[in-house]
Amino acid sequence: MSGIIAEKLNEQGLQRVASKERLTFFGLTLPYLLIVVALIIIPVGWLFYLSFIGRDGSFSFENYERMTKSRAYIRIFITTFKISILTTLICAVIGYPLSYFMSQLSRKWANICMIGVLIPFWTSLLVRTYAWLVLLQKKGLLNNIAIDIGLISEPIKFVHNTTGTLIGMVHIMLPFLILPLYANMRSIDRDCLKAASSLGATPTRAFWTVFFPLSVPGLLAGLLIVFVLCLGFYVTPAILGGGRVIMAAMKISSNIELYFSWGAASALGVVLLIVTSVILFIASKLVSMDQLGNRSAK
Amino acid sequence: MTNSSLNISIKNVTKTYDQFHALKDISLEINSGEFMTLLGPSGSGKTTLLMVLAGFTNPDYGSVKFGEEEVILKPPHLRGIGMVFQNYALFPHMSVEQNVGYPQKLRGVSVTETKRSVEEALETVKLAGLGHRGVDELSGGQRQRVALARAIVFKPKILLMDEPLSALDKKLREEMQIELRQLHDTLNMTTVYVTHDQKEALTMSDRITVINDGELMQLGTPNEIYEYPSNNFIADFIGESSLLPVIVRNGVVHFDGAEIKLSTSPKTDGEFFLVVRPEKVFITIENSDDVNKFEGVLLDSIFQGESQLLVVKLKSMSEDEVVLRVRVPNGSVTQAVLPSAGQQLIIGLRVADSYLVS
Repeated sequence: MSGIIAEKLNEQGLQRVASKERLTFFGLTLPYLLIVVALIIIPVGWLFYLSFIGRDGSFSFENYERMTKSRAYIRIFITTFKISILTTLICAVIGYPLSYFMSQLSRKWANICMIGVLIPFWTSLLVRTYAWLVLLQKKGLLNNIAIDIGLISEPIKFVHNTTGTLIGMVHIMLPFLILPLYANMRSIDRDCLKAASSLGATPTRAFWTVFFPLSVPGLLAGLLIVFVLCLGFYVTPAILGGGRVIMAAMKISSNIELYFSWGAASALGVVLLIVTSVILFIASKLVSMDQLGNRSAK
Repeated sequence: MTNSSLNISIKNVTKTYDQFHALKDISLEINSGEFMTLLGPSGSGKTTLLMVLAGFTNPDYGSVKFGEEEVILKPPHLRGIGMVFQNYALFPHMSVEQNVGYPQKLRGVSVTETKRSVEEALETVKLAGLGHRGVDELSGGQRQRVALARAIVFKPKILLMDEPLSALDKKLREEMQIELRQLHDTLNMTTVYVTHDQKEALTMSDRITVINDGELMQLGTPNEIYEYPSNNFIADFIGESSLLPVIVRNGVVHFDGAEIKLSTSPKTDGEFFLVVRPEKVFITIENSDDVNKFEGVLLDSIFQGESQLLVVKLKSMSEDEVVLRVRVPNGSVTQAVLPSAGQQLIIGLRVADSYLVS
């Protein structure tokens, strides 16, 4: 005891414990911070730097100017967005009913369906893309069968064009839409639909007024992931597009491999990165970020 | 706001899941305007029966009539019932107002009339002024009130409730029991209420249907069910009780050799149980003809606030230990008079309170 105010019991000791704890937590985060800096911050910074280096090795905006002036670049951007939007929409049209169907099944059957979704998801991208090539090409399985049964007389051109690219990309992207959407739909309280029904809603009405609005966060999350992945997609459009469908990622690759122009490639990468960031930012304004995870309906 | 209500007539409703008999030939008449509780332990079939009434479960066969109309083939949305779910089942993407107005919107009620009826319903459940709130801004009790307002806003003639208070804490639950009952008395809707809480059932109901293993065990007023349970399951399930095994021979009841007097002698011989409620037995010294007496040793004395619970082991010649519980209300005797563990006691049960179950 000193003075009027009694000494606070163990105050200094407890403060030491608290600061030691903070130090431990910082120590535990440190490796992660180093990895982020080494693998993300530095390369992205390097990318930015390179995009401002001209052909002659000095600082210039020529890489960006070329993008706004060259018709080829504009065409590439239009193709990239067109393919990405179409793939995303087709994924939604196929994926939403499928997810809904799965969410209505018992856990056991839903899990069996989920395996059907996941097995291709786990199979090599390259293998799947070439498999489509085998199926869809001029003398491929699909055309041969169609001709044999007399459905068509001339083979249909499925690959080396937009159709082939879309078929392949939808197939590869579909799980990315289904996984978040299905998780969201599973979390929707079934009693809410029962409540709607008991209050007088027909099944259709209950779906549109209760189920669908509650599934929107999962749908948006799925659309976003698919769209962003599509923007930077390389392998499938390269193989199934047959050089006729040129997307941004392929242009980046040719800039480096054919023209050795790291600056032009970097500038394109920067633009893709910015577009993606802007989309994510807008999406985060529409739906709160934690809803993009799985906890939409309480 | 008064309301016309409908009687419910359930006949031979049977439901089997694989080998499991969820409902075994249930027949039950629920009167118009009645508060009927379906009471039973979990898995007894009470919720299945409610879901049959609501139309979410189709029985194998049987009939359900609302008034004169057979509804068993009608889908839920055409049955015109109000329903309150255990977990509230409020629509998380709608405000309180939108939730409560939902059934009105479905019915094509005008905007002004919807607004008026929503306000009225919210007032009825004491939530006036909270209409603009989001559902996630409400407490558990408030959510339950919104669910209730949503179920009554369109003035259904029948209200179904599936354990609506089970998620609330004890104090709030007890308040809501009284409130729900008062609400029923004002609205006068035929109410079917499912619960596993026997005290809740006793507090709220006009009549109680006790269900176990898919079978209707007893139907009666709370008083009848409590005082005259029809079998040992109900005697044990409703309230506290000790069941003493007794043997009836030639119309005379024997427990451990001694005779037990009843107000009306049993008609059949055989093995029965004597229902002993802790609040009906007492420590006694005097000899009286209208009291049955049991000798025993005090095992334990537990202070429970409003009462003291005495656990007494009866003197018995059989090997099975028979334990009686005696409730001594706080304030009826001074603490000093209470016996201590190990003490010999004589427990009395009035002949008028002595009741046998099979």
